Amino acid sequence: MALMTFDMKRNPQQARFSLLALLALMIIFPMIAQHFGNSWVRIMDMALLYIMLALGLNVVVGFAGLLDLGYIAFYAIGAYTAGLLASPQFAAVIESFINTYPAIGNFLVWLCGPQIVQNGIHLSLWLIVPISGVLAALFGALLGAPTLKLRGDYLAIVTLGFGEIIRIFMNNLNAPVNITNGPQGINLIDPIRVFGVSLAGEPGSGSMLKVFGMNLPSVNAYYYLFLVLCIFVIFFSSRLQDSRLGRAWVAIREDEIAAKAMGINTRNVKLLAFAMGASFGGVAGAMFGAFQGFVSPESFSLTESIAVLAMVVLGGIGHIPGVVLGGVILAALPEVLRHVVEPLQMAIFGKVWIDAEVLRQLLYGLAMVIIMLTRPAGLWPSPRHEDRPEVDHTKVGTTGEVKA
Amino acid sequence: MDIFIQQIINGLVLGSMYALIALGYTMVYGVLNLINFAHGDILMVGAMVGLSILKLVQQVAPDLPGIVKLIIAIVGAIPVCVIVSLLIERIAYRPLRNAPRLAPLITAIGVSILLQTFAMMIWGRSPLPFPQIMPSTPVNIAGALISPTQIMLLILALAAMIGLVLIVEKTKMGRAMRATAENPRIAGLMGVDANRVIIVTFAIGAALAAIAGVMWAANYSTAQFAMGFVPGLKAFSAAVLGGIGNIYGAMLGGILLGLIESLGAGYIGDLTGNFLGSNYQDIFAFIVLIIVLTLRPSGIMGERVADRA
Repeated sequence: MALMTFDMKRNPQQARFSLLALLALMIIFPMIAQHFGNSWVRIMDMALLYIMLALGLNVVVGFAGLLDLGYIAFYAIGAYTAGLLASPQFAAVIESFINTYPAIGNFLVWLCGPQIVQNGIHLSLWLIVPISGVLAALFGALLGAPTLKLRGDYLAIVTLGFGEIIRIFMNNLNAPVNITNGPQGINLIDPIRVFGVSLAGEPGSGSMLKVFGMNLPSVNAYYYLFLVLCIFVIFFSSRLQDSRLGRAWVAIREDEIAAKAMGINTRNVKLLAFAMGASFGGVAGAMFGAFQGFVSPESFSLTESIAVLAMVVLGGIGHIPGVVLGGVILAALPEVLRHVVEPLQMAIFGKVWIDAEVLRQLLYGLAMVIIMLTRPAGLWPSPRHEDRPEVDHTKVGTTGEVKA
Repeated sequence: MDIFIQQIINGLVLGSMYALIALGYTMVYGVLNLINFAHGDILMVGAMVGLSILKLVQQVAPDLPGIVKLIIAIVGAIPVCVIVSLLIERIAYRPLRNAPRLAPLITAIGVSILLQTFAMMIWGRSPLPFPQIMPSTPVNIAGALISPTQIMLLILALAAMIGLVLIVEKTKMGRAMRATAENPRIAGLMGVDANRVIIVTFAIGAALAAIAGVMWAANYSTAQFAMGFVPGLKAFSAAVLGGIGNIYGAMLGGILLGLIESLGAGYIGDLTGNFLGSNYQDIFAFIVLIIVLTLRPSGIMGERVADRA
């Protein structure tokens, strides 16, 4: 791809130009898409969230080579953190504690004070983002800890199991004590407030904000917020990639024993991979919770985990621009296709055979199978050979590891 | 004690289904060193096809005894599952025989999604009811109830497992399978055609999954496109518990996991002072898996993998 290249090492001038061009495009996009209706900007909002998720998973799968199939659990943790810390839910939690475990309940009442008992906790964006990031990172390390000796297929299945366990807990923690409100989920989550301006718009204004005297639709405001966060995540990821930690990840991805022999603390490095990847997911989750205003366990199933994995795989494992591309394709394309394919089918067949949901699933499945069969490095692999995780691991037996 | 025997019976029923599916996982792993992620969805295909065949039989010959109709459904589901499984092997796994570890795994996940999507397109999204064709009066054994469907399930599972053991131990192909599982290269030198062994392995695994699928749908009276995922996962845990690559391990692991799940679901309320209820049942399989992989990765009947240089 000689037109747009982002490799700063080889061609810094062109890379800078490409980045600026892309940035300009991203900034103008909502203003153009406005004319076609709100839904396109909303689609891009979700796509940006997915891109953040994909970048986080890229840290675990792409940089460190640890196949994590339960990644969506961290998204869930971030979303539920936003749910608990920025909605009336905590009041319900305290009430439920008072009813079933009065000792703990009264302690919480004493701790929190009447305001919280009445209305729940309502923290601001600037606190929620770091808190959800840190909490997700903690869970990442926690979930990663038992998997340190596993490789390949076993690691995948165990992480999948963890993802499911988290989802089941979210789904069932409404009895005896109501913490996550079970299958009904947590709603009435506060929209994000930036410098006093609520991003959901003033009530009664039809989701419009007043910024510098201009009217800005709420979805556009969220778009710019997510764009800023995405840029931050991309920057963070690429700095990580070129840091000592990033090199350590590449080392354990390629040959863990050699890495250990070179003095890399594989245990800590792996835990850091899980933690950092998870923190991106947590932040994205908190944003998702605030954006949608409502979280429920259904949004955090294995299907979503696999969707994020498909984005990483399709785009280019380990290559940040590739992952972004994969995220854009798999998040936006199904919606785009839906607007095209459904009317087309109605016109030709008279009824819709493949609806949007089926199309989405079909795309994910086909993407993974076809890419692995034809272009295993992804659509946009890293131009530098050493960054690509496609070395042939046909070694026989590895010391002390459960190898699949 | 009142629920103990009931849970034991439930556990045995559940366990035999897990055992059948686990056998598929373990055999493929033995010869290919690959976890066939799509195996749970073969179960689903078996259930759905069996359901469709059953509906057809109900229309054409409604007076046949329940058992015969069920057998017809199973016999009809098996070839479909085998064909699907072989197609998957041919298209998705064979080109990636020598690829790095990540590729077949991701392909398998993709295939799993594709199978579910096709099932969604053919049979729709909502759960389909599986008709109650066996007599529904439960039999009373020592205070616990077992339905005729479950009895038939146990008999079928036992027959299938005995059949498999006979094939693996007594026939030439079985010997070839054991040889390939032990050391593919030397087996090749001894004249064993690896591709044929792999085809037979996939076929047998698919057949067992078909039986398990139809019986699962019959037991729970429902079938849906997403029904294969959770049993597949749990059966994999069972295979790991018993020692992956080992057929007897898969059978043992399956039964054991079924018992653990049933007894756990029955007693977890009492154990945790009602904090965790039986709706946490699904977690048991994963916890077992994690414990096994942490403490004894080779499983109950697996050989200790020596540290080879």
